[in-house]
Formats: sequence, structure tokens, C-alpha cells
Amino acid sequence: MRPDLNKQREGAKAPSRHILRKSSEGFGPGAYAAFIIVMLAAMALCICVGSVTIPLKTIVSVIWRAVKGLPQIPGTSSSIILSVRIPRVLCVALSGAALSLCGAAMQGLLKNPLADGSTLGVSSGAALGACLAIALEITLPGFPFAGTMVMAMAFAFLSLVLILSLAYRLDYSLATGTIILIGVIFSMFISSVMSLVIAFAGDHLRSITYWTMGSLAGSSYLNALVLLIALVLCGSVILLHARELNAFAIGEDNARHIGVNVKRVKLTVMITVSVLIGVCVSIGGTIAFVGLVTPHMVRMITGPNHKRILPASLFGGATFLLLCDLVARVIVNPVELPIGVVTSLIGAVLFVNIFYQTRRGR
Amino acid sequence: MAMLEVQNLIVRYGERTVVEDVSFSLEEGRWLMLIGPNGAGKSTIVNAIAQSAPYTGRILYEGEDMRRLKPTELAKKIGILSQNHSVGYSFTVEEVVRLGRYSYAPGIFSRHSDADEESVERAVELTGIAPMLKQSVLTLSGGELQRTFLAQLLAQDPQILILDEPTNHLDLVYQKQIFALIRQWLAQSGRAVISVVHDLSLARAYGTDALLLHNGRLAMAGEGDAVFDPAVLNGVYSMDVAEWMRTMLSQWT
Repeated sequence: MRPDLNKQREGAKAPSRHILRKSSEGFGPGAYAAFIIVMLAAMALCICVGSVTIPLKTIVSVIWRAVKGLPQIPGTSSSIILSVRIPRVLCVALSGAALSLCGAAMQGLLKNPLADGSTLGVSSGAALGACLAIALEITLPGFPFAGTMVMAMAFAFLSLVLILSLAYRLDYSLATGTIILIGVIFSMFISSVMSLVIAFAGDHLRSITYWTMGSLAGSSYLNALVLLIALVLCGSVILLHARELNAFAIGEDNARHIGVNVKRVKLTVMITVSVLIGVCVSIGGTIAFVGLVTPHMVRMITGPNHKRILPASLFGGATFLLLCDLVARVIVNPVELPIGVVTSLIGAVLFVNIFYQTRRGR
Repeated sequence: MAMLEVQNLIVRYGERTVVEDVSFSLEEGRWLMLIGPNGAGKSTIVNAIAQSAPYTGRILYEGEDMRRLKPTELAKKIGILSQNHSVGYSFTVEEVVRLGRYSYAPGIFSRHSDADEESVERAVELTGIAPMLKQSVLTLSGGELQRTFLAQLLAQDPQILILDEPTNHLDLVYQKQIFALIRQWLAQSGRAVISVVHDLSLARAYGTDALLLHNGRLAMAGEGDAVFDPAVLNGVYSMDVAEWMRTMLSQWT
């Protein structure tokens, strides 16, 4: 017995020392710089291209003058840049980042590459809340979109409470299969209720239908600010749980065995995700597939470690949604498609491809 | 004081009582084997000790009720190697092993110390998985996966190791090595091992104590060979166990 083991130990010693010292799990500053450059390039492209194409030099000078408080030079399309394109690009980037981060977190937590805010039923719940707000004309004085946002967040949270309490009743350990099943059933239920709301919506039918397809046209700086605050707060909570998400992605039982407070982490991540999704849905409608596809693509490049997936999904999601929005704006110019249509089209094709490849890879 | 003390343990799944009034204690340096037919409640007992199954009764670690321990404290005292491992994503072997140190630096800003590095390196050496550290766990065989999770468990460095069918996926060579490795691990001070095994010969060869379970109840408990009393074993397994063992062995002589 002993000789065998000793022989193996001698053989293993040298390589293990060498390999272990070199490893580092997160990204270095170079990688972050690259992410930011790519995202900024996509942003610049989205500001330049549209029904009117504006040269980059003009954009830089308009932004510079706006920041410095100098008067704008007439004929530089400054109003298009400042009040239409920049707020929209900001909202698109922030929504993409937020939705992708949520998707990545859910996929790790539930150890399921098909998981997303929508699989949980949180997106549908949020959408129903926002629909009701539009149909019943619920608004808060002074904040034109606060009615839909508060309703979306409240319904996202209510959906979560409902799904979790149902899951707890059925299966105390909150096994992932139970949650996904309940999420799917819940989404179906919500979509039938939504159809009912739409059927009785009357005058609001058009705006609800357009909104459910997902669109970030007509975004304002206030929208962007709200998204930014939500992303900074909720995003930090998710990013700080990278190690726990790794443990969950390996297996919930394993996470429990190594000392992760399984229930607390699960609740924290789920609540954070539902708040973030509620905010995104209230501003951009249900933009499907972003949270599902971005983490998938990112994982193929970075591997499954959440210390890399989460930040990469953040920037990758922003870039992906910016490009989708660009396509939505220019592909059938002058008609503009809702962004949700484009993400679903690109997303579905990519998703099938990714799914096929991962299946074959096994 | 006993390291681990289980008092009047009862585990129910719905209406069904899986473990009924089981009590035993475990001293430092001992290797307790849980044996018995399928469905006797062996895995349920180890799950209750690991606090992952609801139970009534008391489980004390050095006199302290284990229900009161925080998850990270629990992980430093008790580590469990499950029967089955299903990993969903292509983590590397190294990433899986490193997570074993989670309970030593669970804080958001806590960094891994030199002790963590040493512990991981030692676990890698002992289990002989150094050549596959950068490999994806999805590409591993059942035995390699088992060794990876054993390395994670050794890196976790608990006081009591709980092994649920530890050699389930392992060929004879690794069965032999793993048992030798665990015996070596047990020689350190303040350690104890509980394992669930089906192979009575392995249980007899390596265990210092044994619990024989039958339909959720203790059929026999004790040190050394006391539990392997032919009359009791034959009753529990409803067959002549010793005769079967002799028949098997006679193939080799």
C-alpha cells in the first residue's frame, strides 16, 4: 500500500507547486481596459450611425461643448446627439449589462445554463405589473415613468415571493429543478393574465403591445440614471457573490458541504436579481434572450468561473445589446424595429447553435 | 469527551421513519463504519450529521449542539464526500479543489493565505491529481472526479471526514490507495472518520468501530470484530454472510 502512494506523491509534488503558484482567478487590468474600449467603440458607433449619420469628430466636439457648458455650433445635429442618441445608448448599454449580469447569476445559482430572469418568472411578473400600470394609467406625479417602474418592481418581487413560497412548500431544500418548473408554469400563467389585460386594454392596446416587444426608443437621461443606480447597487451585490456562485455552479450540495450559507446566498441573489430585472423591464420592456445568450457566449471564452463571467457579462451584455439596438434602428430604415424583436431573432439562432455545440462537446 | 455524539436520532421523510432512535458516539482517532443492507438508513444518518437532513434528537460536536454552528464553522469540523457528483459547467480540477478552502476566507474581501495554498497543495499531492489540475471536470472519469472531490475535502481540512460510499466509482488500485490515504490522514491528532460502506471485508479491514443498521434501527454496535457476529449479520442480511464471503474468497485459492 505505502510504496504505491509514496511513488505517486513524489511524482505529483513538483508539478503541483509549479502550477498552483501561477494561477489567478479574476481578470487583470488589461482585460478590463479591453472590455471598456470595445464597449466605448460600440457606443460611439451607435451614436454615429442612424437615420442621420454623424461624424465621430462632431460627436466629440458636441459632447465636449455640452460638458464645458459652451454654446453649441449651429448645424451640428447637437440636439439629435444630446437628447436622442446619447440617452438611448446609455440606457441600452446599462440594460444590456444588467440583464446579462442577472442571467449569469441565475445560471450559476441554479446550475442551469438555460436559467434566466425569465425562467424564474420574474420578468413576466414585472411585465404584468408594468402592463397593468399602462392599462390602468397608474402614474406618480412628477415622474412620468415611475408608475410602471414601481409596479414592475413590486410585481417582480411579488412573483419572487410567490414562486419561492410555493417552492418551499413543495421542496424545503429549494432544489433548482423545482424552482425552474414553478417559474415556467408561473410564466405561462402570467402570460395568460397579460393577454386578458391586453384584451380589455382598449385605447392602450398599441402602447402595451409595442412595449411588451421591448424598446428603448425615447429613453431619457432620467431613465439612464435610474438604471445606473440600480446596476451599481444590485450589480455590486452580485459581483461580490462570485465565489458562492462558483460553489452553486458546481453543485448546491457541494456548496453546503464546503460551508456556504446556501439559503442566505440564494435569497440574496434572487432578490437582487428580481429588483434589477424589475427596473430593466419597466424601462425597456421585456428584452428577451440577452440574459440567456450573453453569459453563454462569455462562458465559451472565459470558462465557467464567476470571477470572470460576471464582469465579462456586464461589458459583453452592454456591447451585445448596443449592436442589437443598432440593427433595430437601421435595418429597415426609416422604420424602427423594437429591440426585443432583434435580440430574440439573433438570440434564438445563437442559442440553438450554442446549445448544439455544448451538446456535441459532451 | 467524545468528539461526536449522536443522541436519539430520528429522521422522518413525510410519514415514513427512515432512522429510528439511533445513538452512538465517536472518539478521536477512530474510524466508524456504517454497514447494513440498502435502505437501512446509513446515508440518512451521515446526512443528518452533516446537517443536510431535518432530524429530531441531538448531535453534539465536542459537547456543542451542531444545529447552532454557522455553515463555515460546520465545514471546518465536518467534511462530507458524497456518493454522486454531477458538475454542470467545465470548471477546472484546480478551481474545484480550491473551493474547499471557502470556509477559511468566506468574507467578501478576505484573501487566501499561505495556509490555504499549503493545504490545497497537500491535498493535490495526496490524491495524485496534479497532472490534471488544468483539465475540465466534465472530461474526467468517475474515479478521477471522485479523487477531485476528495482533494477538495482534504483541502477543507475538517476534523471529521464523512465518506458516503467513498470507493463507489474507483477501481481496485484506487480503492486501495484511497483507504490507505484516509488511514494516513486519520493518524493526525484530533481526527476521526465515518464511512458508509457496502463491502463488509473493507469495513472489517479498515474500521475500528462499526454500526450495523437494519430498517433504520441499530442492530449491533461496537469495536473491532464484535459487530461482525455471524448470527446477527445473517439475521440482518437474511443470508449466510460468512458462507458467501468464503465462497467468494475460494475463487482465488
